[in-house]
Amino acid sequence: MRTSTRRSRRLGALAAVAALTTGLLAGCANDSNDGSSNSGDGGGGGKGKTTLTIGTFGVFGYKQAGLYDEYMKLHPDITIKENVTTRTDVYWPKTLTRLQAGSGTDDIQAIEVGNITEAVQTQAEKFVDLGKDVDKSQWLDWKTAQATTKDGKTIGIGTDIGPMAICYRKDLFQKAGLETDRTKLAAQWKGDWAKYVDLGKQYMKKAPSGTKFVDSASSVYNAALGGESERYYDKDGNVIWDKSSGVKKSWDAAMTVATSNMSAKLKQFDPTWDQGFAKGSFATVACPAWMMGYIQEKSGDAGKGKWDVAAAPTAANWGGSFIGVPTAGKHQKDAIALAKWLTAPEQQAKVFAKQASFPSTPAAYDSLKPAAATTSYFSDAPITQIFADSAKTIPVQNFGIKDQPIGTAITDIGILQVEQKGKSPDQGWNAAKAEIKDVLGQ
Amino acid sequence: MTSSKQALAHPATSADAAPGSQPGAARGAQGRGTPPPGPDSWRSRLYRWDMKASPYAFIAPFFIVFGAFGLVPLLYTAWYSLHNVQLSGLDHQTWAGLDNYKNLLSSEFFWNALENTFTIGVISTVPQLVMAIGIAHLLNYRLRGSTVWRVVMLTPYATSVAAATLVFTLLYSWDGGMINWLLHFVGVDPINWRESDWGGQFAVSSIVIWRWTGYNALIYLAAMQAIPTDLYESAALDGAGRWQQFRHVTVPMLRPTILFTVVVSTIGATQLFGEPLLFGGVSGSKGGSAHQYQTLGLYMYDQGWGIGNLGKASAIAWTMFLILLIVAAINLLITRRLRKSQ
Repeated sequence: MRTSTRRSRRLGALAAVAALTTGLLAGCANDSNDGSSNSGDGGGGGKGKTTLTIGTFGVFGYKQAGLYDEYMKLHPDITIKENVTTRTDVYWPKTLTRLQAGSGTDDIQAIEVGNITEAVQTQAEKFVDLGKDVDKSQWLDWKTAQATTKDGKTIGIGTDIGPMAICYRKDLFQKAGLETDRTKLAAQWKGDWAKYVDLGKQYMKKAPSGTKFVDSASSVYNAALGGESERYYDKDGNVIWDKSSGVKKSWDAAMTVATSNMSAKLKQFDPTWDQGFAKGSFATVACPAWMMGYIQEKSGDAGKGKWDVAAAPTAANWGGSFIGVPTAGKHQKDAIALAKWLTAPEQQAKVFAKQASFPSTPAAYDSLKPAAATTSYFSDAPITQIFADSAKTIPVQNFGIKDQPIGTAITDIGILQVEQKGKSPDQGWNAAKAEIKDVLGQ
Repeated sequence: MTSSKQALAHPATSADAAPGSQPGAARGAQGRGTPPPGPDSWRSRLYRWDMKASPYAFIAPFFIVFGAFGLVPLLYTAWYSLHNVQLSGLDHQTWAGLDNYKNLLSSEFFWNALENTFTIGVISTVPQLVMAIGIAHLLNYRLRGSTVWRVVMLTPYATSVAAATLVFTLLYSWDGGMINWLLHFVGVDPINWRESDWGGQFAVSSIVIWRWTGYNALIYLAAMQAIPTDLYESAALDGAGRWQQFRHVTVPMLRPTILFTVVVSTIGATQLFGEPLLFGGVSGSKGGSAHQYQTLGLYMYDQGWGIGNLGKASAIAWTMFLILLIVAAINLLITRRLRKSQ
C-alpha cells in the first residue's frame, strides 16, 4: 500500500512534468515555425504570398530607393521584409551563428567586404553558388573575385563599392589661402598620400580658427590602405601585416597626421564626429562614395555648396558589400531572383541616385545620375566621373579571415594612442602589435 | 469574502459532528467539491497525488526554463572553454585542454581587465553607497513633496543604460563637451576624458554612480522608515543631535541593509559591461585605446564577438563565474563576522 502510493506519487509528478515539458516544447516548436523567415501563408498551398526576408546592416538604400516596392509590384506574389541591424559588429557575429545553426537566417544576407574572406573561407557551404545564375562579367573583376572560393564558387554578388575621393570645404581652403579648384587640387596631391598630408601642413599655417585639416589620422590610414594591393594578408592567406609595404606607407602617412596637429582627433562614427561635420571643424575628409550621403546628413543645410569633391591621391576602395543567399533559406529560387534583380546595373544606378552608394557594375556608370540635391550640395562636382575613374583602376586586394579585427587594432589602438594619448609612433605600433597577437591567438 | 469564510469554518464543524469519518479527507475535499467515498478509492489516491505532485508541477516551469537557458549554456560554455572554437567554425572545434585558461593567465589584457574591473568597481560603488545613505537620511526628514523627491531619485535608474551613456559621452567629449567647457572657467585645460588613463575610468564610474545612487537610496530609505521612532526620541532626550542620531542609531540599525546593497553592488560591479561598452563608442569593446576601462565583461565580449575566439571567451566567462563565487564567499564571511559581533 505504502509503496504503491509512493510510486503513484512519483508517476504523478512525472506525468505533470512531462505534460508541462511537452507543452513547452510544443510551444517552442510552434514559435520557431512562426518565427522563421518563411512565414508565408502556410507555404503548403502554394497560392499564398511568399515572404522574402533580407538581412542588412546600416543603410543599404534599397528601401530608400523604393526598390522593394518596385519589385513587389513586378511580382505580386512576393512580399519583401528587410531586417536591419545598425551596427556591423553586431550584425556579423549574429549572422555567423545563424548560418552555422542552419536556422534563423534571412533569405538574403548582406556581407560586408571586411568579412567576405571569412565568409568565403569558412561559410562557403552555407551559401548558394550564385555564379551559375548571374552573368559575372557585369561586375568589376576584383569585386567578384573577393566573393569567390578557390574552387570557383561565388557565394555573394556585389552591391556597392567604396571608390575614394577627397571631400573638402572650399570655403575653408580659400581662407587658408590654398587652391580651391578641384582638378588643380587633385593634381597637387596626385599619386601619393604623403603629398596630401603635406598640403595639410600648409593648411595649418593659415588655418581658420577652430578648424583642422582632417577629421582623424585613422581616416587617412584607411583611405591610403584602400589603394594598396598589399594589406594584412598575402595571396596564400598568410598574415603579413607587420611586413606589408601597404600598411607601412599608410601608417607613416597617418603618423604624420597624428603628430603634427592637423587632425581634429575625432573618432569616426562617434557622435562627436557628427558634431564635427555640423560645426565644420575639419576641412577635408577621405571620402568613399558612401560618405557623401553621411556628409550631407550631418553637415546639414549649413554646409550646402561649401563642400567640394576632388580625386583622391590614389585610386582606392574603402568598404562596400555583397549579398548572398543562405542554403538554409526555404525560398532559394525566389531569393536568387531577387538578389539578382537588386544587384543588376539598373537597380544599382537607382540606389546611387538616392543614396550615393557607388555601383560595382561598370555597365551602370554611363547612366549614373546623382540626385540633384547631392550635386548642388557638393558644388556641382562631377561626382559620377570622379568615382567611376577611381573604381576602374582600384588594385586587386587580398583580404584575410581576421581582416576586420586587425584593422580595428591598428586604427583604434595603435593610431588612437598616438593621436589622442600623445604616445610616440613606436609605442603606438607596439601596442597595435600586442593587440594583433591577441587577435590572432598567438 | 464571506463565502470563503464560511468554507473555512465549515470543515471544523463537520469534523466535530462526525469524528468517525476521515476528518483530513473531508477537510481537504471541502475546497475541491465532493468528498471521497473511502480511503482506498481511486479518488483519494488521485487526491494524494495531487497534493504531492502539484507543487512540483507548479515550480517546474522555472526549473525547466532555468535548465534550458541557464544551466545548459553554463555547462556548454565550460565545454567550449576547453576547446579551440572560432565563431566562424562552430563545427570544427579541437580539444585544447586548459590552454585557454593558461593563455588567459599569461595575457596582460586579462590582468588589465581584472584590475580595471576592481578599480572601477571601487570608485563607483563606494561613493555611490555613501551618497545613497546620505540622501536617504535627508529624504527621511519630513519634507514638502517628499513623494516627488523620491520619484525623482528613481528616474536615473529607470533610464536605459544606452540613453544615459550617450548623454554622458557627449558631456565628456573632449572637444565641445560640457564638462570641459565648465572646467575652462576654472582655468583647467580640456581633458581627453575618454582616452586618458584615469579619465575614462572616472567617467564610466560617474555613469554608474548616476544610475544607481537613487536606487540604493530608496532601499536605505525603506529600511530607515522601519527603524522605530522611539529610538530617535530617546536619543534626542539624551541630547543627541541629528548627526549623532545618524551615526549611533541609523547606521547601526541599517547594517543588514548596507550589507545587502554592498553584495548586490559588488556583483553588479563585477559584471559591469554596458556603460563602458557604449562609452567607448565605435569598437567600444576594447575599452579605450589603451584598454584603460576594459572590464572583464568587455574583454569577454571582445574576444567572443569582436575577434571571434569563442574558446577563450568561454574561459573568461568561467573565470568571471569563479571570481563571483569568491566574492560571494568573502561577503558571506564578512556577514557572519558582523552578525557574531552584534
